[in-house]
Amino acid sequence: MYEAIFSKYAPTKDNLIYILHEIQDQHPQQYISEEAISAVSEYLSITHAHIYGVLTFYSMFSTKPRGKNIIRLCESPPCFLKGSEAILHSLRDILQIKVGETTPDGLFTLELTACLGVCGNAPVMMINEDVYGDLTEAKVTKIIADIKGRI
Amino acid sequence: MNLEKLREIREVSLQDQQQVLSEGNIKITICMSTSGIAAGAREVKKTLLREIAERDIKQVVVAQTGEKGLQTFEPVIIVEEKDKPRVMYGNVTPEIMTTIIVEHILNGQPVKRFLWTGEDADKIEGQEHPFFEKQVKLVLSNCGEIDPESIDEYIGAGGYQALGKALSSMTPDEVIEEITNAGLRGRGGAGFSTGLKWSFTRKATGDTKYIICNADEGDPGAFMDRSVLEGDPHAVLEGMLIAGYAIGAREGIVYTRAEYPLAIHRLEIAIKQAQKFGLLGENIFESGFSFTIEIRQGAGAFVCGEETALIASIEGERGMPRIRPPFPAQSGLWGKPTNINNVETFANVRHIIIHGAEWYRNMGTPKSPGTKVFALAGKIKNSGLIEVPMGMPLRDVIFTVGGGMKTDKPFKAVQMGGPSGGCIPASLLDTIVDYDSINQTGAIMGSGGMVVMDSSTCMVDVAKFFLNFTQNESCGKCTFCRIGTNRMLEILTRITEGKGKMEDLDILMELSKKIKTTSLCGLGQTAPNPVLTTLKYFREEYIAHIQDKRCPAGVCKALITFKIDAEKCVGCTACARKCPVNCISGEVKKPHVINQDACIKCGSCYDTCKFNAITKS
Repeated sequence: MYEAIFSKYAPTKDNLIYILHEIQDQHPQQYISEEAISAVSEYLSITHAHIYGVLTFYSMFSTKPRGKNIIRLCESPPCFLKGSEAILHSLRDILQIKVGETTPDGLFTLELTACLGVCGNAPVMMINEDVYGDLTEAKVTKIIADIKGRI
Repeated sequence: MNLEKLREIREVSLQDQQQVLSEGNIKITICMSTSGIAAGAREVKKTLLREIAERDIKQVVVAQTGEKGLQTFEPVIIVEEKDKPRVMYGNVTPEIMTTIIVEHILNGQPVKRFLWTGEDADKIEGQEHPFFEKQVKLVLSNCGEIDPESIDEYIGAGGYQALGKALSSMTPDEVIEEITNAGLRGRGGAGFSTGLKWSFTRKATGDTKYIICNADEGDPGAFMDRSVLEGDPHAVLEGMLIAGYAIGAREGIVYTRAEYPLAIHRLEIAIKQAQKFGLLGENIFESGFSFTIEIRQGAGAFVCGEETALIASIEGERGMPRIRPPFPAQSGLWGKPTNINNVETFANVRHIIIHGAEWYRNMGTPKSPGTKVFALAGKIKNSGLIEVPMGMPLRDVIFTVGGGMKTDKPFKAVQMGGPSGGCIPASLLDTIVDYDSINQTGAIMGSGGMVVMDSSTCMVDVAKFFLNFTQNESCGKCTFCRIGTNRMLEILTRITEGKGKMEDLDILMELSKKIKTTSLCGLGQTAPNPVLTTLKYFREEYIAHIQDKRCPAGVCKALITFKIDAEKCVGCTACARKCPVNCISGEVKKPHVINQDACIKCGSCYDTCKFNAITKS
């Protein structure tokens, strides 16, 4: 099932991070399974241990199943100074989950992230590849409702 | 591609742009950067296109650019007409967009109330506003001016002229000499001479050499590289091409954070266009020089900004720094000589090649020539991206260009250099921005992030944040960086909880010294800086936490209590409804009470109360 991804990359170790990115992005639960590690290990002829080591070194990779939409709220000082803590409270209230958890319907995972580089619009969060800025409680409620509405 | 063709493309591009602004035409530009989009630029663009179609407005051209630096005022819209000053609107919403269409586009009356300056007619364009007036834009000259997805516009603005000049009339050694004489220093933070770095890689033996552009911008509060890549990607490619020619490399790699999807997207477009135009590939400018550029993405590890860790990451390893020497100039990617510079450094190169070293040295200070891009964030009015000549006092950067404080609370400190840097207090606001002066304060220039803090910021808490950050991001290779930062964090946590002892301050100093001297890479060597600078300039705050069990800024939760003043409380119930843990009780129209045992000290009652009835102590 990973053949389509592998066919895009030569079986060399420098493609490891790329392949892992793509496997994770294509998985509905946005994570890298044991089975995927085995497949990559075979394709690149490198050990499970090496892959697992790389996988757990980088914060964007997950070895546990996650939600369809990954919410990453910035916790860096520029956002903190502009009230990211209150936004975190709102997100927890709306989603009824803690940081690192996934909603029971599998729609959202709540994570914290270091600076997203959009500090002029702090507080900021990223949902998958979209960035949302100048967050307020009302805005967050609407963004989550809109995503739910789309699904 | 040759010089003649480049000249033709430039002329056609300039004619096209004149055409757009010919009599009766109106050009409407939307700043489509991540910042603009985060603030709602996509919705504004949708409204604009819909209005144009529905009202059947002719002779309006819609264009896009990267950001103009005014992040606080995003989404930004610029309306241009022939022989008229440009009109710049800020904080545009879909509703405001419709008003602008009706009043300005259809009726010819600029809508003064929506100008970004918030002022009237005489500052209509906003260029004479102090925000722009004191800036010197070199690296940012195209950002917010050209469409970053159009190579024609880049060439129209003088793009690839420097590459043409270098390849057709300069030897690689002459290029390096020019860059060395210009005194360009690495904009990634360390400030090492770029020309010297290039010469090391040029002199290194080996047929295969690499150029790497470090776009792994990770400092909290920094967004210069993102903005340049989103607003002017070709300028970075041109700098890399010139560097490749100078050191004798055929391959270039841009290593960028995966958190910057728009920057990656625009870079991909730029690379494809440059290939199509023969500016990347074989025999560029018929000089025999060939060069390719590819993009590599990180996966969220701050330490990969360190050059040897970055190389390890490209090779498919954990991003852990290696011992230097050998330096990448001798043995870098795949063991080959490798030259690594950051985005802003590469974006400076073309200007030096075109105008010469002497011209470049006219800007800035003798030891730090040129300009520096800064990202202004935190409690500052004009939060965003600016470029000023080196040597400008911090006071001017923050209070003139930055517009001063956003709140009515006074300035307390500016954090420079991210987790490797430090906090500079108000008493040192006359320090000028150049590498050496900033170093003297104990902070570092870093990549250019400036986080401005007012009196409501607790400096111990800030130090704790950065220590938490470096402790998390430490790769774990060096013992002191791995465990020492952890111990320091524990001490800081204790202090912010009111459990600190005076001896803790000495232990912090001692650990700092050891971490600095026993760490392999810049991450560990600079990790204690936020603690050291706050201990140096704000020692009394540490003492207040330890001896008086008091947080002067009212931030540290263990040390503050919220109370309701029964005389001021009108019993509106707003706070009780807002409280996330339902710890406020009371009858309607009667004074309320906070149950201190259940209170999580989130402060939402304090922010909600309209009668100042809630006190924080």
